[in-house]
Amino acid sequence: MATTRILEWLGRLYIWLLLAFLYLPIIIMALMSFNVSPFYQLPFEWTTEWYGSLWQNDQLIAATRNSIEIAIITTVICVVLGSAASLALFRYEFRGKKFLQALLFPPIAIPWLITGTAMLIFFFGVGIGRGLFAILLGHVALALPYVIVVVSARLQTFAPELEEAARSLGANQWQVTRRVTLPWIMPGVIAGGLFAFAVSFDQFVVSYFLATPGQTTLPVEIYAAIRKGFTPEINAVSTIIIVVSMALMLLTARFFKFGGEK
Amino acid sequence: MAVQGAVASRSGLRSALPLLAPAYLWLTVAIFLPLSAMVFFSFMTDLPLSGKAWAFTLGNYAAFFSQSLYLTLLLASLRLGLEVTLWCIVIGYPAAYVLAKVLKGRSREAIFLLVILPFWSNGLVRIFSWAMVLREGGILDTALNAVLPFKINIDLMYSYPAVIIGLVHSYVPYMVLTCYLTLQAIDDSLIEAGRSLGATRLQVLKRVIIPLSMPGLVAGAALIFVPVVGSFMEPRILGGRTGTFYGTVIEDQFVAVFNWPLGAALSFILLAVVLVILAIASPVLRRAT
Repeated sequence: MATTRILEWLGRLYIWLLLAFLYLPIIIMALMSFNVSPFYQLPFEWTTEWYGSLWQNDQLIAATRNSIEIAIITTVICVVLGSAASLALFRYEFRGKKFLQALLFPPIAIPWLITGTAMLIFFFGVGIGRGLFAILLGHVALALPYVIVVVSARLQTFAPELEEAARSLGANQWQVTRRVTLPWIMPGVIAGGLFAFAVSFDQFVVSYFLATPGQTTLPVEIYAAIRKGFTPEINAVSTIIIVVSMALMLLTARFFKFGGEK
Repeated sequence: MAVQGAVASRSGLRSALPLLAPAYLWLTVAIFLPLSAMVFFSFMTDLPLSGKAWAFTLGNYAAFFSQSLYLTLLLASLRLGLEVTLWCIVIGYPAAYVLAKVLKGRSREAIFLLVILPFWSNGLVRIFSWAMVLREGGILDTALNAVLPFKINIDLMYSYPAVIIGLVHSYVPYMVLTCYLTLQAIDDSLIEAGRSLGATRLQVLKRVIIPLSMPGLVAGAALIFVPVVGSFMEPRILGGRTGTFYGTVIEDQFVAVFNWPLGAALSFILLAVVLVILAIASPVLRRAT
């Protein structure tokens, strides 16, 4: 018994060490964004100067606006197309359904480097070229499978008899969908939408290959700045990004259980 | 229900198509056609744009096999993927075990969320945050020198270990997540039965727990190995001059050298390697589901 207690205690300690490993760099980055020294010199002196100078940086602001706009449009398109596809995959039986479901995995499993360069080649070849529209095309395609998977998972808990009942009470297909099915899958749709937003907002690799100097997103801009040299402004904007994306995921977790626990 | 099911199945595709078409059309235009185009381009001498002359060639693939540099870099990337995956197993599996079998109730839920949360935050920014920790005169250096009585210099920045640390930090939540899901599904009574039959803790771990959680380990390993082999941003930021890998060479072909056909060939070779790895992993995964 004593050994069990000690082992359990060691286990807990271990988890906290892992959490320290995961969070310390992020916390340090956040702290340094409030430090006076632009070269991250200690001792620490408090300032909000870098956040202030963010507002003077037109390039960063434009990139941020692009990122937010693309993420919102991606979310809307993915939620609509993804929910429709999930419903079809759930409701109907037809040949080739397994194949269509399997097709959702290449976009998730293939490294973004390959997908991104392939998009660059193809979009160039067909005349779409690079820029914000190409980035949007890519983001939707990357996020769509996630939305379909999440909404489909929610649909698994749905009882088709409910649709039958509504239909037998005289509701037409649209009414059944709007009044019965959609309310039930709403948590999945919201979680899927938040996923889509996060995938788009955090996406770097694919955006990087599709961006042009004038039409770029925030992560691409940050990468360029990091490679040019460190600036505390990048610290500040990175801190904002990480807070936003973590808040988004906490929100998603309210609608979607990751652990699969009932 | 059975009769209706049959009816539904006959008219199934016709009813499903309008709902499915937009999503799959989008995936086709933005994923499947580009991947096909990439294969096509990899056999060309030049881009068929702006009236440039082009012809079919095997030269891009010949370049891969004739210049040992590319093969060396591919092997280096595979080794990087292997090392990062191993570290993720070593670090992530025990954590998943503690989460699934030691912690209970609300604290388990909260800590689980905390572990997988960073994984959904911006990967680029997290890699960047390590730059601040690892550089000389950075936080690690300063902190250790403040504690230790003797002077040491920690300058891990722009080194192979820095790349490993950054990548493990990025991907270890994946391993915790997949292992946790399979470990959680193991019935506690199996473990108790093994123990009461006289097996030691280590024997239970070796004979019961690890075999039953194998699908989670394999899934996690595949999910980590594949993107790490194709990584380029992490080695660039944390590896500096030592951070030349297969991924960074592909990046160069597209953004610096502008030899797209060669880049396409290199990408396609990577894709083939990735598909082989996923194919090897899939029987184990299918057995799990």
